[in-house]
Amino acid sequence: MNGDYIETGKIVKVAGPLVIASGLTKSKMFDVVRVSDLKLIGEIIELRGDTASIQVYEETQGLGPGEAVYCTGKPLSVELGPGLIESIYDGIQRPLDLIREKTGNYITRGLNVPGLSREKTWNFIPTLQKNEEVHGGDFIGYVQETAVVKHNIMIPPNLSGIIIDILPEGSYKIDEQIALLKTANGEERPLYMMHTWPVRIGRPFSKKLPPNQPMATGQRIIDMLFPLAKGGTACVPGPFGSGKTVVQHQLAKWANASIIVYIGCGERGNEMTDVLLEFPELEDPQTGHPLMKRTVLVANTSNMPVAAREASIYTGITIAEYFRDMGFDVALMADSTSRWAEAMREISGRLEEMPGEEGYPAYLATKIASFYERAGKVITASRKERIGSVSAIGAVSPPGGDFSDPVVQSTLKVVKVFWGLDSKLAYRRHFPAINWLSSYSLYLESLSDFMNKDIDKNWMPNRYRAMEILQHEAELEEIVRLVGKDSLSPKDQLVLETAKSIREDFLHQIAFDPSDTYSSLHKQFLILDTILFIHDVSMDLIKEEIPLGKIIALKVKEHVAKAKYVDEKELDKIKELKVEVEKEAKELLQNLKTED
Amino acid sequence: MVKEYKTVSEIIGPLMLVEEVEGVKYGEITEVELPDGSIRTGQVLEVNADKALVQLFEGTSGVNITQSKIRFQGRGIEIPLSLDILGRVFDGLGRPKDDGPSIMPEKRLNINGNPINPFARDYPSEFIQTGISTIDGLNTLVRGQKLPIFSASGLPHNRIAAQIARQAKVIKGEENFAVVFAAMGITFEEANYFQEDFRKTGAIERAVMFINLADDPAIERIATPRMALTAAEYIAFEKDMHVLVILTDMTNYCEALREVSAARKEIPGRRGYPGYLYTDLSTIYERAGRIKGKKGSITQFPILTMPEDDKTHPIPDLTGYITEGQIILSRALHRRGIYPPIDVLPSLSRLRDKGIGDEKTRKDHAGVANQLFSDYAKGKEAKELAIILGEAALTDLDKSYSKFADAFELKFVQQGEYEDRSIKDTLSIGWDLLKIIPKMELKRIKDEYIEEFLGKE
Repeated sequence: MNGDYIETGKIVKVAGPLVIASGLTKSKMFDVVRVSDLKLIGEIIELRGDTASIQVYEETQGLGPGEAVYCTGKPLSVELGPGLIESIYDGIQRPLDLIREKTGNYITRGLNVPGLSREKTWNFIPTLQKNEEVHGGDFIGYVQETAVVKHNIMIPPNLSGIIIDILPEGSYKIDEQIALLKTANGEERPLYMMHTWPVRIGRPFSKKLPPNQPMATGQRIIDMLFPLAKGGTACVPGPFGSGKTVVQHQLAKWANASIIVYIGCGERGNEMTDVLLEFPELEDPQTGHPLMKRTVLVANTSNMPVAAREASIYTGITIAEYFRDMGFDVALMADSTSRWAEAMREISGRLEEMPGEEGYPAYLATKIASFYERAGKVITASRKERIGSVSAIGAVSPPGGDFSDPVVQSTLKVVKVFWGLDSKLAYRRHFPAINWLSSYSLYLESLSDFMNKDIDKNWMPNRYRAMEILQHEAELEEIVRLVGKDSLSPKDQLVLETAKSIREDFLHQIAFDPSDTYSSLHKQFLILDTILFIHDVSMDLIKEEIPLGKIIALKVKEHVAKAKYVDEKELDKIKELKVEVEKEAKELLQNLKTED
Repeated sequence: MVKEYKTVSEIIGPLMLVEEVEGVKYGEITEVELPDGSIRTGQVLEVNADKALVQLFEGTSGVNITQSKIRFQGRGIEIPLSLDILGRVFDGLGRPKDDGPSIMPEKRLNINGNPINPFARDYPSEFIQTGISTIDGLNTLVRGQKLPIFSASGLPHNRIAAQIARQAKVIKGEENFAVVFAAMGITFEEANYFQEDFRKTGAIERAVMFINLADDPAIERIATPRMALTAAEYIAFEKDMHVLVILTDMTNYCEALREVSAARKEIPGRRGYPGYLYTDLSTIYERAGRIKGKKGSITQFPILTMPEDDKTHPIPDLTGYITEGQIILSRALHRRGIYPPIDVLPSLSRLRDKGIGDEKTRKDHAGVANQLFSDYAKGKEAKELAIILGEAALTDLDKSYSKFADAFELKFVQQGEYEDRSIKDTLSIGWDLLKIIPKMELKRIKDEYIEEFLGKE
């Protein structure tokens, strides 16, 4: 983002992150500008005559009228190419590790650090020959970026022509020309391993597809009850302390996506540190390599400049789309979209725009919708069709945990999965504190084929039965609250017992326990299937008029309660529980007969 | 030579508009000389062409349009720092308030600081023993954490904060710690309580106090926590000390912020507080933490009083979204004479799991804590049920939960103001209480720990 400036203006007004400058006639909306001789990065967000309102991505203290503003004439863009994986960026793609090297432990101003390292060399392996015809999105070669990510080098979108030169395999820097393309009108365009793309514009693709494959997350309540599809959208709203960030971290750790883009948007600095320290240590259950080898982090914490927070969401999703174009399944977590909306509100307030609901700008819903719409499963724009997906999961932090908040409501209009966090569950330390009655997933239908075929034909039937029992429990609890538990029929009391078992032995999952933090789909199925099997057997025993007390006291239940800690390699241990259930039931029946 | 302006055109609330200025920068500090010769301090909030909007920390009363002289200082607000600040008392703007001499600065730092690079942070994971069971056992504090106390008027938050300041220690290793205390709009009595307590325990020699009392200028409070945190950063990251920062009362700080926002006619957010309250608070709270390669740390204890005990009020709400947990005080417990009246269920320490366990506290800690939480929640539900249906309608299991809840409040929550419980004591009390619950119900603790600890403590 260096280079020449198309024109220079002068600062007229400074108010927090908003700077107004005059004398800018050639500048366009959303052009990047450099403010004052500190060269602070900013973006034009309003134009009136020759006056431009600029949101500045860095602290503006010490700026004053009369100082220069340089317009680059280019929109805010990110650099895309080898070097993205394992990086941690601020909201406008400046690598935080390099910033630390340059300026120490605090982030100072006016830094100009490119998103991708210019010094590092990558071993480029071409996969195309000279004279081949190419189109935007086609691969010309690849770089093995990390042990798990084969980073394909693509022709930048919207570019096509004939390759007239391409370098052989070798180590190159990302700004070295590796190929030359001749377009249809005879223009010669050099190609590099990297290209740039404006963050506010979605990258092109050929066609969107309906999501129909599950994004397995290893979280039982999510995968079993409210599943997310690859290419789908989900939101996690909840009051503070209900575990939004833990849910987001769990998904970033265990979701079976090939690439994770994690955006810490206006949240705590320590949370990003947590990811940075933990991910290199944790092993991806699918590849056996550290999770960091597939992760890109964008961190614009709450105390970092507010305008860059607004940009961080776009920076993140553009990186996600880039990997989607290579044919990867990408999962993007944005924690939290409320802070993003607040950043918009703050800038909008300073622009003195007429506010909508709760002081948020009137265009809030549009912005939220267009962000989530950039997710999806697509056929890429390349000539050889590839399928890639971006799944977007946004945390929402409504004030006071009130879901009527405009950000929650605007989000619910567009997302297909809703994991509503409940502070009551959190107080009881039932985690993940996802409320099973209010949450929903609209992907159940489209995923049922896959689940029933690939995991077990009883997957969906079991899922609906579990939901029914939980729903029934909620109704019975109303009655219990009025007349006490003893007035319920044995059958109803059994429903309460089973519901309790579903809640405590299945839904409750401890993120910090190494054996419980991740459950494969098979393990999930087995645990729930066992609980429902016990329910059925108990129902039969009730019909045989065996006293409820004895049924509830089945010894096998203690093992069911610990089934979640069973190692993934020893799942047979869970399968065997059914045999024990039958054995115990038989004993009960025999005892009954001998008593007769 | 600093230029002097006599071009004030408007005075509204704490704000003053100065016209025909030249070269004024956003955020610059300003001296205002009143007709009677006294000097006030201000800061530039906005510059628009040749007009500067200045916020006066000590208020605008006595300021006059035609005679006041304005001098822009060409720098932001700075605080002079050296290790001599230990043991001293300053006012809300960092000027000595005791009888001591002014500070010979080793360096001057801008009080706004810069955001810590997330990449440079070290994750807080060192257990701090406060000697209070509800904190150590259930909502564990770790070094570098920011853990606010959500209180309300009439509750003993000051006593708890003082007890923590008195007792806080790491189990193993060195002790090189200091306390930075920032008072914003609290009463003389409250400030004096802390001062006396620090004096009694000798902590005063390692304490730095910034005091803005209830009758001190309200706008000054906007600078006070930043003064304190800049001092804390200096002591922690340049002088290698572990600093405990107590900020009280954040509610008064937010109200001062609202006053300025209203005077600027900004579009208000919830309850009239400015839309940028979250961002503003985060620039205070996020200054806690640890930095890789630095020995010192900053642990923050902000105290705020919830208006009408309402946790969803914007101040506690936004604070809870930034801080790493919260300690909530309960009026009901306080009424029943239980000290400290910490309401454990809605309280939370987000960093707990990183600070506990084998080698840090004890391997059974997490399980015991989760079990206590869950059983206390069930006990409270059972007690509610008993109110509606009568004790007799409870099942045996519910009865044991209800009994557990009572015992928990009396034995675990309640303790003396000078009682310093070790983490082992806290866990033993926990195990002792769990005997009330049938063993089969102890699902949150691993079997091996139940074998090892239950009934053997």
